[in-house]
Amino acid sequence: MTEPTDNGTRPVPMVLAESVHRTFGRHQALRGVSLRVEPGQVCCLIGPSGSGKTTLLRCVNHLEKIDAGRLWVDGELVGYREHKGKLYELHERDVARRRADIGMVFQRFNLFAHMTALENIIEAPVRVRRERRADAIERARALLERVGLGDRADSYPARLSGGQQQRVAIARALAMRPKLMLFDEPTSALDPELVGEVLDIMRGLAAEGMTMIVVTHEMGFAREVADTVVFMDGGVVVEAGSPAEVLGNPRHERTQAFLSKVL
Amino acid sequence: MASGPPGAGPLDAAAGPLGTAASGPLDAAPPGPSATADAASDDDPAGAAPVEPITAVPVRHPWRWVGVAVIGLLLAMAANSLVTNPRFEWDVVWDYLFSEQVLRGVWATVYLTVYAMAVGIVGGVLLAVLRLSPNPLLRGASWVYTWFFRGTPVMIQILFWGAIGSLYPRLSIGIPFGPEFVSGRANDLIPVLAAVVLGLGLNEAAYMAEIVRAGINSVDPGQVEAAHALGMGRLLTLRRIVLPQAMRVIIPPTGNETISMLKTTSLASVIAFTELLYAVQLIYARNFRTIPLLIVAGIWYLALTSVLSVGQYYLERHYDPGGRPSGGPSGFRLKGAAR
Repeated sequence: MTEPTDNGTRPVPMVLAESVHRTFGRHQALRGVSLRVEPGQVCCLIGPSGSGKTTLLRCVNHLEKIDAGRLWVDGELVGYREHKGKLYELHERDVARRRADIGMVFQRFNLFAHMTALENIIEAPVRVRRERRADAIERARALLERVGLGDRADSYPARLSGGQQQRVAIARALAMRPKLMLFDEPTSALDPELVGEVLDIMRGLAAEGMTMIVVTHEMGFAREVADTVVFMDGGVVVEAGSPAEVLGNPRHERTQAFLSKVL
Repeated sequence: MASGPPGAGPLDAAAGPLGTAASGPLDAAPPGPSATADAASDDDPAGAAPVEPITAVPVRHPWRWVGVAVIGLLLAMAANSLVTNPRFEWDVVWDYLFSEQVLRGVWATVYLTVYAMAVGIVGGVLLAVLRLSPNPLLRGASWVYTWFFRGTPVMIQILFWGAIGSLYPRLSIGIPFGPEFVSGRANDLIPVLAAVVLGLGLNEAAYMAEIVRAGINSVDPGQVEAAHALGMGRLLTLRRIVLPQAMRVIIPPTGNETISMLKTTSLASVIAFTELLYAVQLIYARNFRTIPLLIVAGIWYLALTSVLSVGQYYLERHYDPGGRPSGGPSGFRLKGAAR
């Protein structure tokens, strides 16, 4: 079994999942999920809580191990190396190296509480990428400027609003120049009036061609920005397609039931 | 306060927050406060009528006075004894308090505390990291270490290190069952200071390990996930993200351990290391002024622990998450990010 390229006729998919399973004890969080995200696409994962959206997202950068199936990011198997039909678990070092290319934004921001906004952003470029500190700082300031927080470089996370923290967290992920961005309910922990400022930045990223997988409950955002919308329930993909298809004209009962509650 | 209408003020203040409708009609009678009930909804109530502080007869506590009398009596007896009992020999205490021998002992106690705590802290961090390692062998080794060193009296451990020469007369570094590179008499390689530092430090490491582990566990797992998601390895995450935040939890009990260690160093006297207690023991072995010299040692221990306690107070205030409003580099608060 080789990596799923189509002999150069089509680009390697940024993310490809084939029948991915993940079980926590007795609870089957993922029961055979398949997914394909092309470079430059925005994929929104929607569904009720407990449907496995977040677990799938965490599998993509190997924060969760998968129990069965295959998962590739940019043509590389996640967490394993395949040689002559056998799987070899990757060393922690190699897992970390691959994660460095994937940005992740968390529901609870998870900014490093003992570091200023600027220090949060330069930490990984300096320590992981071995960039020169001065270069990293310059870039971090540009990123802060971009997320509209040019004046908050020296603020600690506790001094920032939720929306500001999430914008710093996005800048922190972008500082690693990721090829893929994962968003795990990035606006769910925000006060309603702060949701817009975060979504605006994500819209901008999508417009620039960043490949993104977004777990979200913001149906408006999904409809406007997503190339594909994937509706998950009970650990499986129920329905996937363009926003117009899935959100506008859902074919499955479960999708219809879910959308009737959230829209 | 005694006049009629202003006396009603405090009652208004009490009724207001309860929101009773009855307060309105009651207020209507006196001329001043009548404005409050009507104006409270749309105007600043404080501006409408001055709020008078409550003046009430405080609850009496007769038993406190009994307690004061008893404690006062005991203190007086103690003071009387201290002054009138000639066997305290305060002149001897005063003579020896700043004598060279005693001061050298004080100094030895101080550096012994520093060395032993250094060994304890470094060892404790290592043990805690091993204990949280995914490798079951390392986890087990750390557990066994803590089990052993916490489960035996530190006095025995010090005596043991002091007597290591009788167990292994020669120590060497080399390949097991192979050639030796360095070797020598154990008593030369492990002088009495090293024996004491090992005895106290290795024991302390077992306690520090639990403190550091609690500190590491107190850090929000989201912080570790965020670091991992950025491609930071386990050790880098520990050093840059987890340990700095764990300090908030680690530092206060470490202060307690240091104060405790300062007193525990007196056990070094059992293997004839000349710290403060052994220094005064040497003196009273010659002149038999046991009580005054023990008082000398006691005064010094009390003085040293008092200094450390003051330091401890400031450290705790500095690291208390709710204690200081500033979000400075070390006084950071975890409220937003942690929970």
